[in-house]
Amino acid sequence: MAASGEVQDLRLVNLVKSFGDFTAVDDLTLTIPGGSFFALLGPSGCGKTTTLRMVAGLEAPTSGNILLGDTDITNEKPYKRYVNTVFQSYALFPHLDIFENVAFGLRRRGIKDVSGPVNEMLDLVQLGPMARRKPAQLSGGQQQRVAVARALINEPGVLLLDEPLGALDLKLRRQMQIELKRIQTEVGTTFVHVTHDQEEAMTMADTVAVMNKGRIEQMGAPVDIYDLPKTAFVANFLGQSNSVAGTVQGRSGDDLIVGAPGGSYNVPAARSTRQEGAILLGVRPEKLSIATAGSSAAVPDRHNRATGKVTDASFTGVSTQYLVMTTWGDEWTVFEQNRSVDLLQPGDEVVIHWAPEYTFGLDVPSGE
Amino acid sequence: MPALAPVAGGTKVPSGAGVQRRARTAYLLLIPGIAWLGLFFVVPLVSLFFTSLQAPTGTPGVYQPGFEVANYVTAISDYWPQFIRSFIYSGIATVLALVIAYPLAYFIAFRAGKWRALLLVLVVAPFFASFLLRTYAWRTILADEGFITTTLNALHLLPDNRILNTPIAVIAGLTYNFLPFMILPLYAALERIDPRLIEAAGDLYSSPFTGFRKVVWPLSLPGVVAGTLLTFIPASGDYINATLLGSPQDRMVGNAIQTNFLQFRDYPVASALSFIMMAIILTLVFVYIRRAGTEDLV
Ligand SMILES: Nc1ncnc2c1ncn2[C@@H]1O[C@H](COP(=O)(O)OP(=O)(O)OP(=O)(O)O)[C@@H](O)[C@H]1O
Ligand SMILES: [Mg+2]
Repeated sequence: MAASGEVQDLRLVNLVKSFGDFTAVDDLTLTIPGGSFFALLGPSGCGKTTTLRMVAGLEAPTSGNILLGDTDITNEKPYKRYVNTVFQSYALFPHLDIFENVAFGLRRRGIKDVSGPVNEMLDLVQLGPMARRKPAQLSGGQQQRVAVARALINEPGVLLLDEPLGALDLKLRRQMQIELKRIQTEVGTTFVHVTHDQEEAMTMADTVAVMNKGRIEQMGAPVDIYDLPKTAFVANFLGQSNSVAGTVQGRSGDDLIVGAPGGSYNVPAARSTRQEGAILLGVRPEKLSIATAGSSAAVPDRHNRATGKVTDASFTGVSTQYLVMTTWGDEWTVFEQNRSVDLLQPGDEVVIHWAPEYTFGLDVPSGE
Repeated sequence: MPALAPVAGGTKVPSGAGVQRRARTAYLLLIPGIAWLGLFFVVPLVSLFFTSLQAPTGTPGVYQPGFEVANYVTAISDYWPQFIRSFIYSGIATVLALVIAYPLAYFIAFRAGKWRALLLVLVVAPFFASFLLRTYAWRTILADEGFITTTLNALHLLPDNRILNTPIAVIAGLTYNFLPFMILPLYAALERIDPRLIEAAGDLYSSPFTGFRKVVWPLSLPGVVAGTLLTFIPASGDYINATLLGSPQDRMVGNAIQTNFLQFRDYPVASALSFIMMAIILTLVFVYIRRAGTEDLV
């Protein structure tokens, strides 16, 4: 269709956007490989929408460049860009019916026979029977699917999706996630998907970038970021983490020895952003094992361990989530698979332990 | 209605009696409005209708009840040029007002930022001076020795070498006087359009002009319809502009009604003129609204 041939990389170079003296996007540099499913993940107000708007051409960057392939599109008019957007607020045309909304981009490009592709697209988003309704006559989730269809039908080089599934119920959301992923694989378009749902980002994307306060904190494959977060923000934003602050006291082989309130811990030097001085140790809740204080002898010697008291146990079927108050007064979370029926009770003295290679070492965030 | 159990959260579904009481309150609140309309709209209208059918008694200015359809015949045969002029002048004034008002309303709605409130006040500012006074002021502005006329004459742009006492002056006066009635509804309609729709159109390969044509213009149509009606209807019935700015050859229906009422004291013909005018405008408005299809919009 509008395809200019092969799928091209999208590159943002030193991109800055300021509103007055507030910097919404702060020196962003990243490359989104052509044909990839890229998720931009971050808390509300961190600059995700602003970034997308600059790529779409709806907002002029304060400085920096946007490149599609080797072409600098920083100053290209939005209607000439080979980019389409699914708006966070849908922005459907209220005076046009669903069919005409979806056909809008095709018609503007002078395509005469639109009914085939439009109906196909409407079937894809399961809105075929609603083609002649006005947007106001649809539910929020249906409107959202129209917004997706309206952008996708143009088969752009880059599709920008600003929380396109936010209004859908869980079932439909899963369905649309699979659908979007399938379409993306099929058409090979680069998808830049903004979301603050970390699970959505991890299940759908090839690459996830975690954004905070206008900057990319970390970027990589979901598995890698989850396994080895590089900042305390990422460790807590993407999944849950337990952490304890300490000081590097020495080395033992490939491990750093860290002294912390609960005792001494090992962390592989390769998994730590710091090799000396103050350090924040972290470990994911599902990597922890929990045992009664009495059976601590059974804990493997090489394991890191912390002791504490169970404050809460919530049974969720597959697993049990324990909250444990550590001896130094932090609350840790432990996910334990329900392999036995003997659950620990609040008040039980326990020992938490884990293999050192699950640990990660981070810079101590300022202000902590 | 059977008794309903309170729904969750403790809120009660209003009982049948409650609903009825609320409906009655609504009707009670309508009474002042209906009374006002009945007294000051329906009663004069009916009285005007009977006047339009009154027969002469022989004494000038005194009439008796009757069924003189001839009044209507006189009204049309004697004053058809005034009717035609009324609709041509007010039609042109309406189009001019739309052309002038649309960009202005667009600017105020989308671009004015913090100046928006001030600009809206400026739009209605002329209302602080009397209509008559403002129209008199136009006599000075368009006067033969005035700056505008002399400048245009120097450029040989005026067929009659003057503006005052020509149809141009009448149309200019009508356009000026009814412009706020065009701007305000247009502004109200444009202001309701989500600017993100314009962005979406741009994102979907519309140049700014196409985006305007396909999104902004259709969404602003209710304002266009309201504005053109609010301009056209009073402009077509106006007589001040024709009196003060036009020559005796530029008189409109309003002038004919006025002279018949006040000078000739021919109340039946004046009333017949009013009724014919009303009938024509109602027909035009009806056709116009049907064509514009406003009920399909938004
Ligand atoms: N036009 C503007 N003028 C001033 N500040 C703005 C403007 N647009 C955005 N901002 C600010 O820039 C920051 C980033 O906004 P942005 O819309 O990109 O957030 P976001 O990451 O998309 O958040 P969310 O997840 O809530 O949609 C916010 O603090 C916002 O208040
Ligand atoms: Mg956003």
